[in-house]
This record gives sequence, C-alpha cells and structure tokens, in this order.
Amino acid sequence: MNFDDALGIHPQALQLRARRAEVIAGNLANADTPGFKARDIDFHKVLAGEMQGPVRMQTTSNKHIQTDNGLIPPAQMLYRSPTQPSIDGNTVDTEREHTAFASNSLEYQASLRFLNGKVSGLRSAIKGD
Amino acid sequence: MSMFKIFDTAASGMSAQSLRLNLVASNMANADSVSSSIGETYKARQPVFKAVIDEMGGENPAVGVRMAGVVESKAPLIKEYAPNHSMADEEGYIFRPNVNMVEEMANMISASRSYQSNVEVTSAAKQMLIATIRMGQ
Repeated sequence: MNFDDALGIHPQALQLRARRAEVIAGNLANADTPGFKARDIDFHKVLAGEMQGPVRMQTTSNKHIQTDNGLIPPAQMLYRSPTQPSIDGNTVDTEREHTAFASNSLEYQASLRFLNGKVSGLRSAIKGD
Repeated sequence: MSMFKIFDTAASGMSAQSLRLNLVASNMANADSVSSSIGETYKARQPVFKAVIDEMGGENPAVGVRMAGVVESKAPLIKEYAPNHSMADEEGYIFRPNVNMVEEMANMISASRSYQSNVEVTSAAKQMLIATIRMGQ
C-alpha cells in the first residue's frame, strides 16, 4: 500500500484550497487598484486535472529541470465576471471575495479534518491497538 | 510553504491602505492652509495603486499591491476675496486648497474598511496555518 493512495484526494484538495486562498487574498489586496481584474480558480476542473496527474515536460536528460513546482498554470486561472465593474476598470467585488475567502477557508479546514481522520486511522493501524 | 504568501499579499494591502489613510490625513489637515498664489497652495493628493504581478518571476497566483505614485487633484482651487487677510495678494485674493472634506471622509472610511478586510484575511490565513500545523495530533 502506498501512503499517497491512503490519503486519497485530500492532499491535492488541501493544496488547491491553499492556492485559492492566495488568489483571493490577492484580489482583496487589490480592491482599490485601477484596472485590476479579479481572478479565481475553477476548483473542480483543476482538481480533476490534478487527479489525472499533473502535466509534466518530457525530460531527455537528468540535467533538465521540471518547471512544474506546484503552481497553477495561468490558463487555469480564470477572470471573475463582474456584476458591477467600477469606472476605473477594477472588477473586485469585496463582498464576493470575502464570502469566497470565508467559504474557501472552511473547505480548507474540512479537507484538513478528512486528512486528520485518515492520518489517525493509519496511526491506529500501525499501532494496532 | 505557499500559504505564507498570503501574509505578504495582505501586508502589502495593509501598507498601501495605510499610506492612503496618511494622504487623507494630510489632505484634511491642510484643508484650510491658505496661500497667496496658485503655485504655493496645497492641492489634494490621491494615491494610485498598482498590482505587483511579476515580482517572483513566474505564475505566482498571489498578487500584492503597491503604491505607484501620488497624484495631485486637478480640481480648481478656491479663490476667495479677502483683502484683510494677511496672506492676500496685491488684488486682495487668497487661495484655498481644493480639498473636498466630504470626499476625504468617504475615502477615509473606504481605506479603513479595505485595511480591515486585509487584516481579516491575515487572521483567517493564520488560523488555517495553525490548523495545518496541528494536523495528525
């Protein structure tokens, strides 16, 4: 048995939630920046991609360096469609970003709890008591 | 770990908003600084924010903010006829700054709300990290 399989989808989900929190924090920090376009991640799409295995460059020499360091490629970062764009071109809706951040952090903690359950299950399996 | 970038992003937002709040304070403090010529008169100052996109040299999703500069308001100064004023020019006029107090108050509230939202992001990220550190215990 592989420990990666044992933890299921949750490690990837957790990583993606953390990434999404970063993106939304960036949106909130730029709530007053002229011309700034709010961005977000399509969680289900990216997670489905992650589960199929991340796309990696083909290496033909051991000196080649993988570019994939866990960052989401820009193509998978989408722009939020604004409900009320402001006149300076900014599309950050603070309330929406706030709720998105709050729900994302709750989902992060949910993923964490699942992961915790898996870890304690494994631990009791190892200890055998 | 990548979550620490949230702190940097939120901190950049906080510092930008506090600079904006500084400018509001400066505008309000100088709302009554009269002078005898257009050039010498204080003009309302507004910050211009800019997103810091490519600082880490890659597709870094966390986008911070910084102040790109300060612009002076182009609104006309208030020219007032006050021949007895000590700052009056030869024709008896004084110039008042183009600071709009109502606008500045609204700006102040907006800046402090934006600051607060960055603080909330920081504390939420902190809680998420604490929960992560405790994982498996």
